[in-house]
Formats: sequence, C-alpha cells, structure tokens
Amino acid sequence: MKTRAVVLLLLGLFLAFSAHAVDPLPFKNRAQELRFQHLTRQLRCLVCQNESLLDSQAELAQQMRHLIFRQMQQGRSDTQIKQFLVARYSDYVLYDPPLKPKTWLLWFGPGVILLAGAGAVVFTVHRRRRAAAGTPAPADMEDW
Amino acid sequence: MKRALPLIGFLLLVALFGFGIWWNTQHDPREVPSPLIGKPVPAYSLPFLDNPSQHLTRQEMLGQVYLINVFASWCIACGEEHPVLMQDAQQLGVPLVGYNYKDDPADAKAWLARHGNPYSMVVTDRNGVEAINFGVYGAPETFLVDAKGIIRYKRIGPLTPKVIAHVLEPKIRELKREEP
Repeated sequence: MKTRAVVLLLLGLFLAFSAHAVDPLPFKNRAQELRFQHLTRQLRCLVCQNESLLDSQAELAQQMRHLIFRQMQQGRSDTQIKQFLVARYSDYVLYDPPLKPKTWLLWFGPGVILLAGAGAVVFTVHRRRRAAAGTPAPADMEDW
Repeated sequence: MKRALPLIGFLLLVALFGFGIWWNTQHDPREVPSPLIGKPVPAYSLPFLDNPSQHLTRQEMLGQVYLINVFASWCIACGEEHPVLMQDAQQLGVPLVGYNYKDDPADAKAWLARHGNPYSMVVTDRNGVEAINFGVYGAPETFLVDAKGIIRYKRIGPLTPKVIAHVLEPKIRELKREEP
C-alpha cells in the first residue's frame, strides 16, 4: 500500500516536471510539434535567461513562441526563424554560439588549454624520467 | 622558489576571480547586446496614447535626432528613471518619444498624470508585438536615433544623470553636428 503511494507520488512528480510550459498551439501534426519543440529548445528566453523559450513561462517567451509558430505555418525554415530572432536579439538568443572569429576563443579555448596541460604533463614526466635515469631522485623533488 | 609555486598559483586564481567579481559589478551579465545599433529603426506605426486613431511612423520622425524611451506603468525601474527623464533628459534638446510597452492605456495615462509627463509624445504598443522588432525584452530601454533614422545607441535599464551627461549628451551633440 505504502509502496503504491510512493510510486504514485514519484509518477506525479515526474509528470509535473516533464510537462512543458507550452501553451496549446494548433499544430498541423505531431512532426510539426516536434520540430517546434526542437527549435524552441535551442533558443534562449530573454527574460529568464537560464531557460529555453520552450520552457519559459515569461510573457515575452510566450509571445515569441507564438511568433515562431506563425512563421512555421508560413513555411519559414528553422534557419530563417533563427536569423529573424538573431537580427533582433543578437546571438544571445541562441544557446549554441555560432562559430566565428569572435567566438574562436570560446570554442577552441578549452581544447587549447587541455593541450597545453597535456604538454606540460608530458614535459614534466620526461624530465623526471631523465633525472631518475641519471642520478637517484633528489630529496627535494617531493617537497610539496 | 618551488615552495612558493602553490602560493603563486593561488594568488593568480584570486586575481582571476577578483577580476571576475569586479567585472560583474561594472557590467550587467544579463544585458543582451543590441544587433540593431548602426541599423535603421524598424519600420513602426504606433498609435498615440492620447489619440489612438493617429499613428506615429518612422517616416514622420526622419530628419531629426530623437530618443525613444520604452516605459510602462507596471515597471518599477521606470519609476526610478522617471525623475531623470523629467530633469536631465529635458536638457538634451531632442524629442523624447515615450514608448508605452505592454500597458493599459488608462494605467499609462494615470501614471503620467501622477508623476508628470517628460515625453514630447507617447505612443502605445499594447501587446508588445512591435517591440520584438526593436529587440526590446524589458523596460526601461532607450534608443537614440539619428536624423537618417539609424539607431546609434541603446541603453538597457534606467537612464541615470551619469549616462545622460557622459554618453547621451556627447553623442547627441555629435549627431546634431552631422545634421545638414
């Protein structure tokens, strides 16, 4: 009996969290609805900036969802819709920043740091190995 | 020297994080940069607050430097900004267009009647749909438009005497000199 209550509670919680903030929009079919969800999940709500347009309850996000929905009905592609929003709200609306010279550091920075770290490790190991091969390791090697 | 290495590393991290904290006090990380700066004002046609049958359009404002100030009676920061508009902004010598955003016209009128009206004219965008073309995502926001109808500057958040004196005033002076 108790188990069942717990399961029901968990199920309720799960349903509550998986329900989206999407207001009922008259999609033509399931495929269009999925496309809409996929697109709005990649876009940032300008009001609550840690939420996607799909999830946000903000009024502006709702308006933008309606706008995107209308544009989809007019047959505009995802890229066109994104361009429309970027032209107004800059790359900020995109969760994935586009690759361009200004964002090179953002995209490649972590890789460069990783490579530098790997290089440092290889270099240190080499040096220690050489030192160990020649003379016994000096005592101050492990001083910290 | 080797003994000091961790300390140096630690101090470098402190410096980095300290810089981050300082940076965030100087910049609003939530601020969305406007891609519209240097671009023409989006075409608009908005009804006047006191005469909704008449509309203000981009064409009508061509040929003069002006400010568009997005405000609403429900917006608390607009209340903070309001005295600055009443005083400092009046010294700028350019029309100040009030852009009433997502507001009930009756509320907007009451708000202006209570606090005073700093605007040369007030237009309304009841549901805020036009404002999306301006990249508006809150209030207050202020746009500086030049005589050719190009957006030259955008301020997100309340105007302050400092912003008016150090940013708007010099920019407007420069734009007026450009004017034929």
